[in-house]
Amino acid sequence: MAQHTTEVVRAGLARRYRREWRFRAYGLTAISLALIMLLTLFTSIFSQGLSAFWTTELELDVTLYPQDIDPEGTRDPQTLSNANYRKLIFQAVYDLFPDVTSRTDRRALQALVSDGATYRAREMVMEDPSLIGQRVKIQIPIAADFDMLAKGKISRDAHESTRRLSDQQIEWFDRLEKRGLVHTVFNTTLFTASDSRQPELAGIWGAVVGSIYTLIVTLGLSFPIGVAAAVYLEEYAPRNWFTDLIEVNINNLAAVPSIVFGLLGLAVLLNVFGLPRSAPVVGGLVLCLMTLPTIIIAGRAALKSVPPSIREAALGIGASKMQMIFHHVLPLSMPGMLTGTIIGMAHALGETAPLLMIGMVAFVADVPSSPLAPATVLPVQIYLWADSPERAFVERTSAAIIVLLAFLIIMNSGAVILRKKFEKKW
Amino acid sequence: MSDTVELFDGTAGQPRIKDRPVKVSVTDANVYYGDKHAIKNVSLDIAAREVTSFIGPSGCGKSTFLRCLNRMNDTIDICRVSGEIRLDSEDVYDRKVDVVELRARVGMVFQKPNPFPKSIYENVAYGPRIHGIARTKAEIDEIVQSSLERAGLWEEVKDRLESPGTGLSGGQQQRLCIARAIAVSPEVILMDEPCSALDPIATAKVEELIDELRSNYTIVIVTHSMQQAARVSQRTAFFHLGRLIECGDTEVIFTNPQHNLTQGYITGRFG
Repeated sequence: MAQHTTEVVRAGLARRYRREWRFRAYGLTAISLALIMLLTLFTSIFSQGLSAFWTTELELDVTLYPQDIDPEGTRDPQTLSNANYRKLIFQAVYDLFPDVTSRTDRRALQALVSDGATYRAREMVMEDPSLIGQRVKIQIPIAADFDMLAKGKISRDAHESTRRLSDQQIEWFDRLEKRGLVHTVFNTTLFTASDSRQPELAGIWGAVVGSIYTLIVTLGLSFPIGVAAAVYLEEYAPRNWFTDLIEVNINNLAAVPSIVFGLLGLAVLLNVFGLPRSAPVVGGLVLCLMTLPTIIIAGRAALKSVPPSIREAALGIGASKMQMIFHHVLPLSMPGMLTGTIIGMAHALGETAPLLMIGMVAFVADVPSSPLAPATVLPVQIYLWADSPERAFVERTSAAIIVLLAFLIIMNSGAVILRKKFEKKW
Repeated sequence: MSDTVELFDGTAGQPRIKDRPVKVSVTDANVYYGDKHAIKNVSLDIAAREVTSFIGPSGCGKSTFLRCLNRMNDTIDICRVSGEIRLDSEDVYDRKVDVVELRARVGMVFQKPNPFPKSIYENVAYGPRIHGIARTKAEIDEIVQSSLERAGLWEEVKDRLESPGTGLSGGQQQRLCIARAIAVSPEVILMDEPCSALDPIATAKVEELIDELRSNYTIVIVTHSMQQAARVSQRTAFFHLGRLIECGDTEVIFTNPQHNLTQGYITGRFG
């Protein structure tokens, strides 16, 4: 009999091992596929977006003629601010090309410099009025089309009529480059400016601040409400058809398309309560509705996972139910709750659709000063830029996605670290 | 065998105590889990400053009965208790009795050591702190030390009071749980199979401790081991299928059982 058993086992062994090997192969294939897709996404975003972190600037010798800036010599800030710096910048550009004299050619030459040059010259003078009358070196941002040319994103071989720069303009740019006046520098504008119609002046800072305000409102509301709801439902609520109904509805809420929450915000928060349009406060409230179910579900799961022995221990020495919950159960379930909250927040950070409904899709050129000021958020900024026709916005879109991904990675690592830190063994 | 159970009504031996002070007196206790009748008409007395052990086969209701004494069954929604359980002269299930106060008077030690995932010091200090027994740091320090000393753990842990209670060995953890229970100076300590998760050496230590605690506390212990019941207890109650079959002095129960079910169980014929 024993002999027989051994033989049967041995006969089946090879098949068993084959099965196991096959199962492992499936798993590896699945993971490889996921990794390949992720890699494709990252390569595509990074190959397009990385170049946006650098920009091209032009070195100009600008003469700050007193008669143009401050003819009366009062040094009044108002006068300094209103002066026509554009003219001075253009004059400096004309000086680089003494051979260009005709009106039309000079107009084509003006296309080299960005509006940002004017702002930079004004800033310099306002900061140090003693510069007036001197000849100063200014690094000015070059127009986005020339930046694209410098980065090789405008083809020189294409026919003149099909590209945004004429042969003449390209030739001028090459001459500037040969004279060593063109510099590639880190694109600080991208991180310090708000949205702009000119790609070279557009940045994500306004959207980042808008996102931060929105997330603060979301977190400030959804975390306490979510934890309180989870504790009540899990620890206090009686089990009956009514609480079952609530549970089903909370799970449902987690699956409602986010645009519906946006419509609710529009109908109730804006139209009934008259909250300001495009404001992070409203965005935060809407996203709070969206993240609440996530936090409640994660919170309840975390509370459930606290071993009953700890509850008994607390009750056994005469802790009241609330003492048991607040001294023992809640601290032990905190890692799970925090993980759920951060996942909810990461979700909220990437959410676009509901915010479109409440007007956060507006073109906002200022960094929001408070949660009540008009603002936009990172994903909406990405959406807006992705919609812009200018070539230079393509790379900025990808750059904004990289920043958003960086935030998501930071938040998710935060979740892992918090979990590791607060996790206790029993 | 089951016929005997059906025919038998009442309890053999001496469920009532006449010659000693009684701490807990139970009359006609019934416990239902939903439709299941888990404890059937149990009446018995528990003597003060003695160890009473509950023995019986698995599922006989001895743990359920133990948990009635400090109303731990309250935490189970479907559980219903009727009858009268008096601690001294007060009915434990009276509306006016607060469970928090009751559990401060009737402490409990569980089957699996369950220290809080906090420091050894915090484990013992928790009870006195929530009940407001000790307010100053010095008072709490004092209670922590005396409780750990009485639980026979002080010498082993005095240099690492701040290390986690969950880092101790199983036997030490159980003695920590006992220290935690006696820190609130209860009158009665209920122990639900306190040694079932421990090795023989740790078990011996806990048994020794129970014997020492007897002079100050009324102790009720549920155990699977008849040797343990014989070693530590003065009175023994034998449960079978939710009924109290026999109750009396441990010596009598183990040497001269009156009921044939008790006889069968202690001689190992079933269980």
